[in-house]
Amino acid sequence: MTALTAGAVALLATGCGSDDPVNHPWRPGGAPAATEEPATAPVTEGLAGTLAGAGASSQESAMQAWVAGFQQANPDVTIAYDPVGSGGGRTQFTEGGIAFAGTDAPLDEAELAAARERCAPGDVAELPLYVAPIAVVFNLEGIESLDMSPATVAGIFDGAITQWDDPAIAAENPDVELPDQRITPVNRSDESGTTENFTEYLHATAPEAWPHEPSGDWPVSGGQSAQGTSGVVQTVTDGTGTITYADASKAGALGTVNLRVGDAYVPYSPEAAAAVVDVSPRVEGRGEASFVVELDRTTAEAGTYPLVLVSYMLACTAYDDAATAELVSAFLGYVASEAGQETAATSAGSAPISERLREQVQPVLESVG
Amino acid sequence: MTHPDREPSVSSIPDAPTPTPEPPPVSTQGTRPAKDRAGRAFAGLSTGAGALILLVLAAVAGFLLLEAWPAIQAPAEELAKISWIPDDGSLARYVGPLVFGTLLGAVLALLLAVPVALGIALFISHYAPRRLASALGYVVDLLAAIPSVIYGLWGGLWLAPRVQPLWDWLGANLGFIPLFEGPAATPPRVMMTVGVVLAVMILPIITAVSREVFLQTPRLHEEAALALGATRWEMVRMAVLPFGRSGVISASMLGLGRALGETMAVLMILSPGLTYSFALLAAGRHQTIAANIALQFPEASPLGVSALIATGLALFVITLLVNMAARWVVARRADFSGAN
Amino acid sequence: MATTTQRPAAAPPSTRDLLTRPDRRRHLTDRAMQGVVTLAFLLALVPLISLVWTVVANGIERLSPYFFVVSMRGVFGGMDAGGIYHAIVGTLMVTGFATLISVPIGLLTAIYLVEYGRGSLARAVTFFVDVMTGIPSIVAGLFAYALFAVFFGPGVRFGVVGAVALSVLMIPVVVRSSEEMLRLVPNELREAAYALGVPKWLTILKVVLRTAAAGIVTGVMLAIARVIGETAPLLITLGVIDSINYNLFEGRMMTLPVYVFRQYSQGLVPCSPDQLDCIATINYDRAWAAALVLIGIVLLLNLLARLVARYFAPARGH
Repeated sequence: MTALTAGAVALLATGCGSDDPVNHPWRPGGAPAATEEPATAPVTEGLAGTLAGAGASSQESAMQAWVAGFQQANPDVTIAYDPVGSGGGRTQFTEGGIAFAGTDAPLDEAELAAARERCAPGDVAELPLYVAPIAVVFNLEGIESLDMSPATVAGIFDGAITQWDDPAIAAENPDVELPDQRITPVNRSDESGTTENFTEYLHATAPEAWPHEPSGDWPVSGGQSAQGTSGVVQTVTDGTGTITYADASKAGALGTVNLRVGDAYVPYSPEAAAAVVDVSPRVEGRGEASFVVELDRTTAEAGTYPLVLVSYMLACTAYDDAATAELVSAFLGYVASEAGQETAATSAGSAPISERLREQVQPVLESVG
Repeated sequence: MTHPDREPSVSSIPDAPTPTPEPPPVSTQGTRPAKDRAGRAFAGLSTGAGALILLVLAAVAGFLLLEAWPAIQAPAEELAKISWIPDDGSLARYVGPLVFGTLLGAVLALLLAVPVALGIALFISHYAPRRLASALGYVVDLLAAIPSVIYGLWGGLWLAPRVQPLWDWLGANLGFIPLFEGPAATPPRVMMTVGVVLAVMILPIITAVSREVFLQTPRLHEEAALALGATRWEMVRMAVLPFGRSGVISASMLGLGRALGETMAVLMILSPGLTYSFALLAAGRHQTIAANIALQFPEASPLGVSALIATGLALFVITLLVNMAARWVVARRADFSGAN
Repeated sequence: MATTTQRPAAAPPSTRDLLTRPDRRRHLTDRAMQGVVTLAFLLALVPLISLVWTVVANGIERLSPYFFVVSMRGVFGGMDAGGIYHAIVGTLMVTGFATLISVPIGLLTAIYLVEYGRGSLARAVTFFVDVMTGIPSIVAGLFAYALFAVFFGPGVRFGVVGAVALSVLMIPVVVRSSEEMLRLVPNELREAAYALGVPKWLTILKVVLRTAAAGIVTGVMLAIARVIGETAPLLITLGVIDSINYNLFEGRMMTLPVYVFRQYSQGLVPCSPDQLDCIATINYDRAWAAALVLIGIVLLLNLLARLVARYFAPARGH
């Protein structure tokens, strides 16, 4: 056994392992040629160092794409994002352990005060750079989409509507032949920002059908549930007559619900999701660099999809360490850029932020120093 | 006692260093201090290690209690802020269903596993050809070593889709029994599926221990039974089973302990829910302590972590009791067979 | 038994008949029970064979030298890339460190129990070692977390924490197996050594341990095999990471079982039809392949342990 251990240690010490799987020569199909994918991130001369961030797991897949894109353009930079959850990200940020954080909810008052202290003499930047539509997806054979009002959705998830051919659903979908089948709602078993946004949407748009307070933990007991977005989507796929809410990017081939907004039924789309951020008012009194929006869930504006998750990027406008400041400015600048948002849209299915928001955010990021 | 001149012979043991190069003592008393220092140090060292075990166990309880304390004595309104704690902020109301779910799953697994495990153990010890038996015993030991995450992977991706028709049938035809209250949930992320996977997981351990006990049945008892004209089954029933009974009980307790603490398989298969319900085929009714910790831990706030550790403490106490009970049974058996 | 013995007395002439021709019902019961026992055995084989078969069938395809030498850094979505190097590094380092903690403590405790232990302390140790065997792995993880959280603050996650958690699980196993092996050493050997004037501690080191060495090594390897697949305690003490981390004292570490779980929980990837470098089931494929590697390691350890026991063990009396 000693020999075995020694062998293993020798193997480790020689470091024949690689931390660059994407460009490894042994990769199946060969390593991608350098010119195949042009770097989307701007190359900054001499940019080097390590940048640490942490927070919402909702941003994780987008962050992986951002980090990969940024590191490809600036190979001497290492960015680590630790998906510890929104709360953990906010705490670590205000305590100064990390340079930036991702969070599904804006800072509360106490946290904002602590963050201001941390960022002094700079300001706290709260930037809604990750906007993800939440889709209501279901698994019914042969049906690709259904129209539903918020009250119907609430009724289904609260257990008031238990059959797919329930009159409430049938009334909104006269052209669809609904099966005589039991509805199995599936929810997230872990605490999540997706659940919080979904319950907030239901509570705002259908208060009678959804009496529960918005919460990150699912308020109705006794249903199917699974861990994480992938878990619920997998559960819906495995069952029949199942329905859930999930990041739209993971909807795949499942049927989706068009939500009633005003008088029309709107299918989820990145544009419609980004539009709701634009029509929502910005929360005042939080400082120049804060772009927290009060999401207008009950909007009747045409072409908006109000069931979205907005995740914020927290940063300071000034850092003690000039190198950190430069990295934050460059990295978040890339995240907010058209190319960065496009990267996240293809790999994580997020909605690219509007040009208007970008124009407001860019100056803040450029001024980080 | 000490014979210094004989010492060289010790080195006939391979690689023994030149024996303690002390000058031949004038009297046995003379060597005592030098030899005793090393001897006493070694004795102290090993006694210390033994005591350390007790210390570690005490530390497990101590540190769990220490870290759980903030949640145990936190005011209800603080606890209620954690989204997955009931609105009245009562930790007891949170732990209750978890304890229930943990016990339900483990007992279900035990009920499913014990008869089968006994069958396997008897097959290996008394029915299979001798040559085959030792190979089978080895295979069973290997299965005990398969990591639980792999059982979870298998249960979630392979087993679950295949048991659906069976559960549907149970729900439709035996639904009048509260345990099988229908309709069965789709997909079958239910306690029944978890129970089956847990049963498979604890089969090897129960089998291994039972087999050992069965093999220890005094040959004379067996031969006496056969000589009296008993069939093989009658011999098993009259000689093997009574002899092995307490061994089987303690094996089952071990299996129960294993099932109580199993995390990954439950986490990967079950749709959790916090209720006191016996409906094994319904989703979102049960959750176990261990799986709940693994589910909520990564994103829990500091107070939430405390609350989870408090539930862990409850699990610790439960398994401690089960294991102590198992040891007690074993100890009684030792007294018992000593009389034979 | 009582009834069987009475019958021959009741009908003396048919004693021989009764013994050689059991009545039909008893014969049938015997046959039926043989069937039931065999059936139970076959029934148990179904899940076990299907488990091994599923893992091998699903895992073998992704196994390649590439899979072993790269980490998951920068791999996202349905990319046909990524491997388990970082997880293997983490597993070897954390399990190795746990072994380093557990073996001395476990072995010394066993020596204490066999050679020195007397009275209430020894009885308490024996009892609590047994009790410790039953500690759920997640509780061991919580303990390690709680222990380090006291000194390093909440949210502590690095290699040593996981190693401590594994040690709690490993120590009792090492104690048990070593104790058994030490007890197998014939007392004559000890007495012979004492008779030659060798002090007790030297006798233990040079005679008893040497005789039991093969058995102890076997026990340690089985103990390693037992903890190398632990997932839950490592999930809460090490966290997850995609990059290689060689440092046990800082930063998160990946291990093979946690890798399997993480890939499982990332689930299916929705690939858009025009995406070339995208495999929808890539996460499951990686999970199965890593599971196969893990099973391979565990079985190899078991096999090696048996070989050590067979070929290096001194001939025993029975």
